[in-house]
Amino acid sequence: MADQADFADEAMQYAPQLYSAAMRMTRNRADAEDLVQEAYLKGFRSFHTFNEGTNLRAWLFRILTNTYINKYRKKQRSFDESDLGDIEDLYLYKRMGTFEDPTIGRSAEESLMTMLPDDEVKQALENLPENFRMPVILADVQGFAYKEIAEILEIPIGTVMSRLHRGRKQMQKALHDYAIERGLRRPEPDTTSDTQPVAHAGDEKGPR
Amino acid sequence: MMEACDEPDCAATLQELDVFLDEELSEAAHQSIAHHLDACPDCLSAFDFHAELKQVISVKLQNDEMPAGLLSRIERCFATDFDGDGVIG
Repeated sequence: MADQADFADEAMQYAPQLYSAAMRMTRNRADAEDLVQEAYLKGFRSFHTFNEGTNLRAWLFRILTNTYINKYRKKQRSFDESDLGDIEDLYLYKRMGTFEDPTIGRSAEESLMTMLPDDEVKQALENLPENFRMPVILADVQGFAYKEIAEILEIPIGTVMSRLHRGRKQMQKALHDYAIERGLRRPEPDTTSDTQPVAHAGDEKGPR
Repeated sequence: MMEACDEPDCAATLQELDVFLDEELSEAAHQSIAHHLDACPDCLSAFDFHAELKQVISVKLQNDEMPAGLLSRIERCFATDFDGDGVIG
């Protein structure tokens, strides 16, 4: 049984992580601050139920997530797997991977860190439907394992994996779209579909 | 458009890309993918790209500066809500 007097010493170190996650969940600063504060207060009050020796960070994230879902989440219909459409695997890689022609993709020297602006990465995540956004926040922002995410969100591991996979692909497509809007590269001539690539005559085939 | 490799081994390897990079494969499955990557520059290139992307996303999604005063405001709650009645102050 954890002693409430130790709570601040043990738990406050996670505040920056909880705040970043709260920003990605609520998408605005005022709600993020309130959410973090409320989660800490709940954690403080129920700290006697925390099993010492188990993962305090995961415990705090579970409280944060539940608080968000119960209180801040806008009423919206829940999206299911098919709602994101069928985006091909390796979406961004196939378009921006390693071509050295700077009008088409990045140069060998240019890192994704400089190519992808912070705001666009945040936007790409924040535009995901919530079902998909939460697993991506927990996995890719906070580094939680599938099993921990399943416990935090109370969904099966298989669902965590499929939502992560689809959420990430959707983000890649958004990042690509933003890059085109910025004029970083030319849009593909293909105008028939934005999710299915068209095979162009003369495209290289097979391993390079 | 970049071509990903289309050999059967490559398709099976790319299928596991996410789970491999998340370090959630079994030891044996992880080794098997790593073995393929040693021998296949095309798959390695795709994996490297996604490893870099994952890292970039992680960094860029948590560079928020916490508002000044949030920590002390929270800690003040701890000092003033020992009765646990849900009322701050």
